[in-house]
Amino acid sequence: MAFLEIENVYKSFGKTDVLKGVSFSLEKGEVLSIIGSSGSGKTTLLRCLNFLEKPDMGVFYLNGGELFNANTQYDDHELRQKRLSFGLVFQSFNLFPQYTALKNVTLALDLQKIEKAKKLGKVTKAQKAEIYAENEKIAKELLSSVGLEEKMGNYPCELSGGQQQRVAIARALALSPEVLCFDEPTSALDPELTGEVLRAIKELKSSDRTMIIVTHEMDFAKHVSDKVIFMANGVIEEVGTPEEVFDNPKSPLTRAFLAKSEEVI
Amino acid sequence: MFWKVFGDLCLGFLTTLEIFALTLVIAIPLGLLVAFGTMSKFKPLKWLLVGFVWIIRGTPLMLQLFIVCYGPGLIGLPPVKDPMVATIIAFGINYACYFSVIYKGGIESITQGQREAGLVLGMTKTQIFFKIILFQVIRRILAPMSNETITLVKDTSLANTIMVPELIKQANVIAKSFAMNYLTMLLYTAVFYLIFNGLLTILFNKIEKKMSFYKV
Ligand SMILES: Nc1ncnc2c1ncn2[C@@H]1O[C@H](COP(=O)(O)OP(=O)(O)OP(=O)(O)O)[C@@H](O)[C@H]1O
Ligand SMILES: [Mg+2]
Repeated sequence: MAFLEIENVYKSFGKTDVLKGVSFSLEKGEVLSIIGSSGSGKTTLLRCLNFLEKPDMGVFYLNGGELFNANTQYDDHELRQKRLSFGLVFQSFNLFPQYTALKNVTLALDLQKIEKAKKLGKVTKAQKAEIYAENEKIAKELLSSVGLEEKMGNYPCELSGGQQQRVAIARALALSPEVLCFDEPTSALDPELTGEVLRAIKELKSSDRTMIIVTHEMDFAKHVSDKVIFMANGVIEEVGTPEEVFDNPKSPLTRAFLAKSEEVI
Repeated sequence: MFWKVFGDLCLGFLTTLEIFALTLVIAIPLGLLVAFGTMSKFKPLKWLLVGFVWIIRGTPLMLQLFIVCYGPGLIGLPPVKDPMVATIIAFGINYACYFSVIYKGGIESITQGQREAGLVLGMTKTQIFFKIILFQVIRRILAPMSNETITLVKDTSLANTIMVPELIKQANVIAKSFAMNYLTMLLYTAVFYLIFNGLLTILFNKIEKKMSFYKV
């Protein structure tokens, strides 16, 4: 069994069937790119993986165990635990405007560690300070790794779109998710800023970071991915290595989509 | 002239301040509960509260004051003896309803993206509300809240209709006992309202500045 196995995901909104049986698998450390035209269900798939939407049908396996089954009812607490296996970087960043870049990265980690400590008994001021210091150290390293050591004390409104998205990436990494998802991380950016974000994502690639990237940047997808999925109308129309999908697409739909995206460039 | 009655007017103003402060203490948290209620997924609760807010906002505060004060007695219940208590109940409920509408607008104006960002970071709904949403809501609603607060200062004068010895009532009493012109006395009360509202405006501006360290 692969590291991540997604089986037969169905999702509809009212009468609109958006996902119509999506299955794929991914090995640890692999990068999967998902391409496809607007409305094909890419965002919905990522949202299902992060439990922001509840799939109508489908099973997720992670690390050899069943993580989620649409037939099982989970309470808020269970869903929260499951969510931590996945991270999500949004198209529109969604940074917290009232916190500095650093605090954006540490916030969830602080809350999580204090909650854990509280389970063991009363948390003293000193213990809290220790947790904060520890998380600050982690956050500083992460922010430096995406090239933002100079901007840690800045508020999101003081950062460019590209910098904001890199903060969002550091924020998602702070919780060390097993699988990190990106939903068109550069679509909201001016063209001259996409490069810095794509480079940052590329540098994250390592043997133990599994990533799923929805993107319209074909060149990027081609170079960074181990596996590419082309989605059309709520199903996986084609899947393969970047060479297979980009250079020798089998499906006529894939061919048409790629031809069109080249036209745009 | 002014100074001769200043002390007595101050007594009235203290009562005014008391109505003002107690109303806020009740209405600020109660309004939040009402706001959550009107946003509830439990439809009966939601519609009950939406209807209640509609009635309270659609009828004069003075009418509500009379109903709270004299209503119980009329239907055979023990009457509210202290008009001050009736005033605080009526004002507290009335302002809670106004505040709830402001809160609701503020909460709904925070994008779903902020909540979802919290969720994918494994935060609980409570954590998301208190650590992410609340501050942004407060900032958004500061201006309308400051308007309502200033209106409240002036609305306290309605309590004189049920014999609460607030500033206007006190001015009336003083005018009679000193045989002074009532209109002059009312103009004196204006000084109190103006100065207090001026201070409130300065305070709200300060808070607004403090919270404006980020752009929206
Ligand atoms: N909450 C929702 N309620 C109703 N319909 C929805 C909802 N979310 C998505 N849809 C519909 O599902 C379909 C797929 O949407 P989705 O956002 O997943 O597409 P996408 O592949 O991400 O497109 P894009 O490239 O434009 O981002 C669309 O037709 C959309 O209108
Ligand atoms: Mg999308």
